[in-house]
Amino acid sequence: MTAINPTQPNRAKPAPDRTILLILFFVVTSALLLSSHNQAVLNGSLGGLLRNPIFEALVVSLFLANVLFAYLWRAAPWARALVGIGSLLLVLPMAGREDTSLLDLSIQIMIFSALALGLNIVVGLAGLLDLGYVAFFAVGAYTWGIFASPRLSSILKYYGENPGATNAATLAIGLFLLVVTAASMIYMRRMSDKTAPTRLSSWAFGLASFGLLAGIILTVRAIAVLGASNAAGLATGIDSNFFWLFLALSIMAAAIVGVLIGLPVLKLKGDYLAIITLGLGEVIRVLANNLDLYTAGSQGITPIKSAAVPWFNSLAGFLGFSEDQYYLLFLYVLVLVVVGVILLVNVRLDRSRIGRAWIAIRDDEVAAQAMGVPLVQTKLIAFATGASFAGVMGMIFAAKQTFISPESFNLFQSIGVLSMVILGGMGSFPGVILGATVVTLLNLRILPGLGEATANIPWIPQQVNPGQLQRLVFGVILVTIMLLRPEGLLPNKRRVLELHHDENQEDDSAEGNAGALGTGTGDVYSPGKAPTKENDRSGGAK
Amino acid sequence: MDLATLLPFLVNVIVGGLVLGFVYAIIALGYTMVYGVLQLINFAHSEVFVTGAVVGFEVFRILAPNPMNGYLKLLIALVSAMLISGGLNVLIERLAYRPLRNAPKLVPLITAIGVSLILQDVLRVIEGFQGRFDLTYTLPDAFGVKFCAAESSCVGVGNFLRTIGVDLQVKDVILIVVALLSLTVLNYVVNRTRLGKAIRAVAQDRVTAGLMGIDSNLMISATFLIGGALGGISGVLYGMKVGTLNAYSGFEPGLVAFTAAVLGGIGSIPGAVLGGLLIGVIQKLVSVMSVLGDLVGSKNLATIDDSYSKMGAFVVLVLILIFKPTGLLGKSNTEKV
Repeated sequence: MTAINPTQPNRAKPAPDRTILLILFFVVTSALLLSSHNQAVLNGSLGGLLRNPIFEALVVSLFLANVLFAYLWRAAPWARALVGIGSLLLVLPMAGREDTSLLDLSIQIMIFSALALGLNIVVGLAGLLDLGYVAFFAVGAYTWGIFASPRLSSILKYYGENPGATNAATLAIGLFLLVVTAASMIYMRRMSDKTAPTRLSSWAFGLASFGLLAGIILTVRAIAVLGASNAAGLATGIDSNFFWLFLALSIMAAAIVGVLIGLPVLKLKGDYLAIITLGLGEVIRVLANNLDLYTAGSQGITPIKSAAVPWFNSLAGFLGFSEDQYYLLFLYVLVLVVVGVILLVNVRLDRSRIGRAWIAIRDDEVAAQAMGVPLVQTKLIAFATGASFAGVMGMIFAAKQTFISPESFNLFQSIGVLSMVILGGMGSFPGVILGATVVTLLNLRILPGLGEATANIPWIPQQVNPGQLQRLVFGVILVTIMLLRPEGLLPNKRRVLELHHDENQEDDSAEGNAGALGTGTGDVYSPGKAPTKENDRSGGAK
Repeated sequence: MDLATLLPFLVNVIVGGLVLGFVYAIIALGYTMVYGVLQLINFAHSEVFVTGAVVGFEVFRILAPNPMNGYLKLLIALVSAMLISGGLNVLIERLAYRPLRNAPKLVPLITAIGVSLILQDVLRVIEGFQGRFDLTYTLPDAFGVKFCAAESSCVGVGNFLRTIGVDLQVKDVILIVVALLSLTVLNYVVNRTRLGKAIRAVAQDRVTAGLMGIDSNLMISATFLIGGALGGISGVLYGMKVGTLNAYSGFEPGLVAFTAAVLGGIGSIPGAVLGGLLIGVIQKLVSVMSVLGDLVGSKNLATIDDSYSKMGAFVVLVLILIFKPTGLLGKSNTEKV
């Protein structure tokens, strides 16, 4: 996966046609993947090499490179389609039939791709650095996790035993508070676009948010108390057919949390926004850790149901999958579809009015506002869209793991997703998918492989296990990419054009358009080309 | 619940909070000074500070069998932590921030996060090769005893504290003294010397400072050196205070200290100290809320346990940034187009 070149716009001759090469590569890597997961071959003389975790990771990486090359190389369309669809829908599930962990890995990669795509909207397109992104993932996961597990009945049981003074009137009050405060918050935000916010208005806003919180608490409490009699019937959570409804609900829940977090914080800029989102992300994790009744605290929730799809199961059985693989295969296909949809939504959004508004805000907030882009609304949409992708994936993650605990949603995960976006190239959809794939492979295959390989070397103590060097890997990715290639591995075409434009012309306006996150847009910003002698006087302290 | 039991309890909480607050204040100074000159949140500062703590641990560990005076050991630990952390901070600036000086604001922020992660694992690996992960300070015995245990051994302030029932260890007193000393020195350097004047000039306007013949790169390096040295001091103090830490434990106090810097008004040195002390007391208050709940007899208070004390700082941060982003002592600056 090293030969990655961005398409050069003004290349003299077109790239050579690589149809044959692509097909050849596909056949070879597929054969390699399938044979390295075949029991008969594994028992043969090559078994020792094939079982080597590093070699295994290499095979999987090479195979996944198929999809990348099908996207990058110039080849006949039928070949590209064949390789892309063939790898994802045929070869990978076939290999996964022999080795379930491969399916698991693929689902993990897709989940992180979707997360990276979501964060890409927030960071890459709208230029808002969100370090608490994983909070939305957690919201999605807990939305399904609480309802589709024994947690639900224990919550209802608790409220059945401690109803307090709650009755139907509480429900009415709660709903009333919810509607009134939410409406007034939205109204106040609208107003602050037109008039400068005063001290009074910000206090009023704070008051309204407390009201909203109270409304939510009252409503949830009332519903729990009123529904307490159903506790016995829901011993293992709600019916798994609700999965499809919750797919929509988790999107909504995450988007709402995105808006709720976004409303107060989006008036902040750059680094302050980063730190406040980091703080809020941690707050959500600490809450998940402490609200024992709802989230079972650090023990986590288990077992969480997955969807029940009989026809799919019989299909999987027909294809020779064993019974315990059905739900993984189902989730694999589901995740594939969801990532496809998310990608489509992304591409359409990028080319739409709102996508251009995001990019305008990223490049220069003041100028965008002057051109009539409503700042708060546009940023909120970015936040909510990004959050909703994370929400739906969180739910699928919960269904796949059948177990969630607050530890799955720490700050470190947020930074991991950020490094995927940075590695692939902010604002570039294929880039962030590549970034997610590379980082997830590193995380789940290559580093553990290295850890296993070095486990028996005496001079490497247990404390230095390379399997746990994720932080170092993320850190190196963030630093080196930012220093050497800020546009990422697979940059956005528009970015490349901008870069090219600046190379050809003396751009004396470069200093003025210091945007929020326009990486590598000009000579001055491209650190690779920065003058070796630091020019002190050019960077205004702003 | 009567006043006679409640009052000493509250006094102890406030004193304990202040002790913690001094550590936060010194860490916060590292953030605020860098922010003052570069408008950059130095995410790696929490690791610079942990490096200081690790250096302190190593010094105390190596010197543990040595019969020399405990205070001399402390001095050696502080000086070596200052040098190493300060040097590390300068190195980080040179390698990871200076090449990006003219890049958009978020780019150095992202490298700062990256540097912070790299340092965490580098520290872990360095200590890991000696088979350690959790580092427990081996302090001289004299540091662990109660301050002013006997009436005869203390005078003046110590006696007063003893009579009102304040429970302090010797190491807490050392911590406060060292913190106050470094604050005084810092105040002198920043406000009374040519170097401090130059740093303040660079912080105010790098371009004009350059025109006045100030080498702003040098001054930025000096700021990172001072900030790193403060990080080293605070690392040793923090290590003494908490006793056990590891390569990853810088994140939380780092974020709390950053909150303190924002609370006081980021970029303002007195603000960082004020913010640190306030946050220390707030955090201590939240962490003893359950004990207080038992004392007062409130069932709701009693359910707030120690794990919320971390959240207390975050909530403070969020509230300040929403309602008063300039902090208590900060100056507001409007965005220039």
